[in-house]
Parts: sequence; structure tokens; C-alpha cells
Amino acid sequence: MDMKASSPADMIPIPGLHEALIKIIGEGLPLVKQPYAEIAKQLNCSESAVIDGIKSIIASGDLKRFGVVVRHRKLGYRANGMVVWDLPDNRVSEIGHCIGQYSFVTLCYQRPRRLPEWHYNLFSMIHGRDRAAVIDQVAFIVQQCGLQGIEHEILFSNRCFKQRGANYRVDPPSISSGRAVNE
Amino acid sequence: MREFSQLEQRLLNEFQQGLPLTSEPYADIARQLGVYETTVLETLHRLQTEGVVSRVGAVFRPNRIGASTLAAMAVPAEQLEDIAAIVSSFAEVNHNYEREHHFNLWFVVVAADEQHLQDVLAEIESSCAYPLLDLPLLNEYFIDLGFDLKWT
Repeated sequence: MDMKASSPADMIPIPGLHEALIKIIGEGLPLVKQPYAEIAKQLNCSESAVIDGIKSIIASGDLKRFGVVVRHRKLGYRANGMVVWDLPDNRVSEIGHCIGQYSFVTLCYQRPRRLPEWHYNLFSMIHGRDRAAVIDQVAFIVQQCGLQGIEHEILFSNRCFKQRGANYRVDPPSISSGRAVNE
Repeated sequence: MREFSQLEQRLLNEFQQGLPLTSEPYADIARQLGVYETTVLETLHRLQTEGVVSRVGAVFRPNRIGASTLAAMAVPAEQLEDIAAIVSSFAEVNHNYEREHHFNLWFVVVAADEQHLQDVLAEIESSCAYPLLDLPLLNEYFIDLGFDLKWT
């Protein structure tokens, strides 16, 4: 246990701790018995400062999840379809919430149209074991959310040229070059 | 793909969020699963070595830290590999995928702020000599509870 855990020094915010923690939890925790104590050792602060720091990052809403991050392709989910929809602008929110509620939908975002080249305004990501599974799930969504007659396309992913965590440069540069992941 | 044990399946499916913020989080997980802490650590280590688990840590929300966008380009098939390599060479580009569509190259660009992001997009466009679509996130409509892995 960290002896500094309850010292009054912990009441003073440690400069750069927030940014350093963002970088560390974006890269992944050490797989050891006491990962937060291990991080505290690296950052020269107390274990409780690390745990409280992560709690405040979670409370800020910057994280989607904090836990085991899996790679779908390695689990046999080989088909990845980005389904793009051309929705009436005044129904994007309602339909977006409908599509986004299903567990096989891993992302559901409104993005701007770029006319005339691009007229789709809602993007949803679906992972399936194969293409047929993705196509079935899209058909299910069309039926459940009443999207008959709404133009949409499935863009299946093919070659992956690059995949890694995002490289954010977060100030102050002295403590962290800021690496976080966005997937 | 190999078969996953019951323990592996549960570790992969039930702990995608809410990692305990306690001194010994893997011991807490072990108690929930009714196994030893060392078994949890060894299993996670093995899954990470195999690449099934990318890490135990955070998945950030887009646009909360720095600025990011999804970009798309329509590239003639015979030039796709070369253009993709140019795009990938930018440090600000992370995911870069071929998709089956007229717009066949899709990539995510992340930068410290909006100005830097726009500079990088302009630089990518001029290096590739193809126009790109800049499709930033406007709203998100899903509750991300992790991905439910169906073991059948």
C-alpha cells in the first residue's frame, strides 16, 4: 500500500496529473496485482491520487468505457459494415436513437452532408461474423425503425491500411505527449 | 479463430466497462468469476499477447480530447495502395480503411485542435491530389455498453 495515500499533500492538485493519466489509461493499465499503485509509482504520487484522478476523468464524460478493450476481428467478427442513411434532417435524432439502441450497432453518429458528392447524414457501424449477418441486421433495423423507403448503403470494410490509437498532443507537452484511443 | 474458454468469454464480454477502481481490481474480477486473481491476470495477459485484447484501459469519446474527423476519398483502384500509404504516413491519421464504395478510402484524423486538424486535412489533400470529404461528428445516438459478443 502507498503510505502517502492519505497525506494532506493529496488535497493539492498535482500539476499535469490529469493529462498524464489520460495518456496512461489510453495506452492501457499494467497487468499487475495493483495497477493503480504501479501507475502512482511512475508518476510519483499516491495510489489514491491516481484512483481519484481516473474517477474525475470518468465523471467528466470523456470516456466511453473503462475496461477490457477487445478487437472484433480477432474474435471472428470479420465483417464490418458502415451503414450510411439519408434521413430527413428533422428526423435524424429520433431515428438515430432507434438505430443506436441495438447492441450490434457499435457507433451511430450524425455527420454533415457534403452535397452534391455526399448526401448521407447518419452513420452507423455494424460488426458481424460475416456479410450476410450484417445485411440481416440492417434489414432488421429497417423494419424495427420503420425505414422502408429511406435510402441507405452498406460500405463493407476491406483492407485495413492503418489502425492504432489516436495520437493527441495534449498540453503541457512536458508531462505527456498525450496518447489516447478513439474507437 | 480458436475456441475460447468459459472464463475467457466472460472476461471478454462482461468487463468491457466498469473496471473496478480499487487497489486490486483484478482480484475483484476474480471474486466475481470465482477464480484466482493470478488466473485472471494470466488469462488477460495471454489474450493481449494474442491480440484479442488490445488493452485494459480507456476508450475515449471522439472530440472530447483534441479535434477529430472522419474523412473519405474516392481514389482509382490502381492507385489506392499508394494513396493509402501517403495518408497513413501522417501521424494524425489513425484508422485508415478501404471500403467498398465510390468513396473507397476512409480514415480518421485526430489533432490537438480544430486549426491543426484543418491544416492536416489540407496537407493530406495536396499530398494525395484528390479532394477529401470532411465529415466531423455532429451528434451521437447510442449508449455504448461495449459490444455484446455472441458465443454460439
